[in-house]
Amino acid sequence: MEKTWNNKAWFMVLPVLVLVAFSAVIPLMTVVNYSVQDTFGGNQFFWAGAEWFEEMLHSDRFWAAMGRNLIFSAIILSIQIPLGIFIALNMPRKGWGVPVCLVLMALPLLIPWNVVGTIWQVFGRIDIGLLGYTLHALGFDYNYVNDPFDAWVTVIVMDVWHWTSLVVLLCYAGLVSIPDAFYQAAKIDGASRWAVFRYIQLPKMQRVLLIAVLLRFMDSFMIYTEPFVVTGGGPGNSTTFLSIDLVKMAVGQFDLGPAAAMSIIYFLIVLLLSWVFYTVMTNYDVEK
Amino acid sequence: MAGTRDAVVNADKDQMMRNAPAAERTAHGGLADAALARRMRRRGEESRFWWVVPTIYIIFLMLPIYWLINMSFKSNQEILGAFSLWPQNPTLRNYSVIFTDPSWYKGYINSIIYVVMNTVISISVALPAAYAFSRYRFLGDKHLFFWLLTNRMAPPAVFALPFFQLYSAFGLIDTHIAVALAHCLFNVPLAVWILEGFMSGVPKEIDETAYIDGYSFPRFFVKIFVPLIASGIGVAAFFTFMFSWVELLIARTLTTTDAKPIAAIMTRTVSASGMDWGVLAAAGVLTIIPGALVIWFVRNYIAKGFALGRV
Repeated sequence: MEKTWNNKAWFMVLPVLVLVAFSAVIPLMTVVNYSVQDTFGGNQFFWAGAEWFEEMLHSDRFWAAMGRNLIFSAIILSIQIPLGIFIALNMPRKGWGVPVCLVLMALPLLIPWNVVGTIWQVFGRIDIGLLGYTLHALGFDYNYVNDPFDAWVTVIVMDVWHWTSLVVLLCYAGLVSIPDAFYQAAKIDGASRWAVFRYIQLPKMQRVLLIAVLLRFMDSFMIYTEPFVVTGGGPGNSTTFLSIDLVKMAVGQFDLGPAAAMSIIYFLIVLLLSWVFYTVMTNYDVEK
Repeated sequence: MAGTRDAVVNADKDQMMRNAPAAERTAHGGLADAALARRMRRRGEESRFWWVVPTIYIIFLMLPIYWLINMSFKSNQEILGAFSLWPQNPTLRNYSVIFTDPSWYKGYINSIIYVVMNTVISISVALPAAYAFSRYRFLGDKHLFFWLLTNRMAPPAVFALPFFQLYSAFGLIDTHIAVALAHCLFNVPLAVWILEGFMSGVPKEIDETAYIDGYSFPRFFVKIFVPLIASGIGVAAFFTFMFSWVELLIARTLTTTDAKPIAAIMTRTVSASGMDWGVLAAAGVLTIIPGALVIWFVRNYIAKGFALGRV
């Protein structure tokens, strides 16, 4: 759409600007403040320069949490994206099945995150949970409280349960936008099922898939509540992801300087990813 | 040839099921078309099992939820005692505990108060802003739009502590408005992005026609434009409601007793008291209900809402 140049439009944006500045810029400035200062209690602050940043970047704890989080995000993406595409391809296109699938599949997306954690915490328990009890009855030595591997499996299955539907719904939205004529042409050409997927469906899903990958990466990169409720970051530190570590440091130990420095690094990564997201979106909008 | 006759019969069937042009072409006959019809029929048979994959997936999704509902109707002795797939002695005790104990049901009231406040604030400031973004170019518009997105993507963990100090300084800790304002951090950008997506779908000629007809801007906006994007407002409201409802970290940090959300009350009960599993399950089930109630009305917009209106 052709847009007219009008700087008075600023007045319409002003309320948003004031509100978000209050809830984003001021807190962020506080973080920046802490990240370059040191304190010995009270309200006495000393200039510390880049000290905290150096400490953070040399801290094993930070890199361990970062590593765990990146591995977690990688596993999540490699499971959820193919699975989501596969399920979307098998969803009905018309009839009563469509609303039923949409509603039932979207349900986990709308459950409060800590309740998702609670559901899986209970579900996986070996004494009262269906999953844990069944696995135990089948002879598996499954216990997510003590075993780091089981804890990881539980957290990953939980995230797959929670968010795969988002990928499904996005892919489905891309699939239904393909006109019937495309499929008829493919049939006339005798295209195989794979060829239809590779040359018709996949290109048409490209845009939604990009959104899905970016959204899933972002959200898994800042996951907090669900693993916190299920495992509390344990056993040991095995499921302590970046956000969990940050909250532990800031609210638990009250190490303001390092926590603030970590927040800034964390935020910069997110900023970079947001920029990728935004560029991708606007490029597509221009092409469209 | 039997095969050809088969194909023609099938083509007749096709005529009823498929759209007209394809069926017409098949009915015109010819060997190539017969082969085509056979292939189409095979495709049709393949898709007779379309329900297998979605059904398995939906069962996987429903099992943990079923287990929670199952537990919510059991007494604690039954939960910890015998393992059973459905409640042997169904009881409503867990729900009655929640509805009679103020420390429980107040959690729901608190959550609903700040979530509704947040939804109203987010939508009312996002409406004009989204209109500006969808209709005009102005100084710094793209940077502003991008900056809004970064707030939607920002990790709440980064903001937990500074929020606490900021709202302490204003004396707003443990009030509903504090949580409502804090959730604006991610909900206002979300609402702006979603609404902008919907507004860009409304042709600009409508605005111009209205001005020629002598409508002032506020009157045009309320009388003509808002009804046109009513579904968009509904979707944006739903998503701001939902994201505020599911968020725990910030809501928990900013509240102590008077405005404590149900989500935080649940975590407290898990850690402190002697594990009242039945009540915990019942409380969980009750938090799922708001989403489950409205999901039918937004079913076609779920992907759009999560993708910030970009689908």
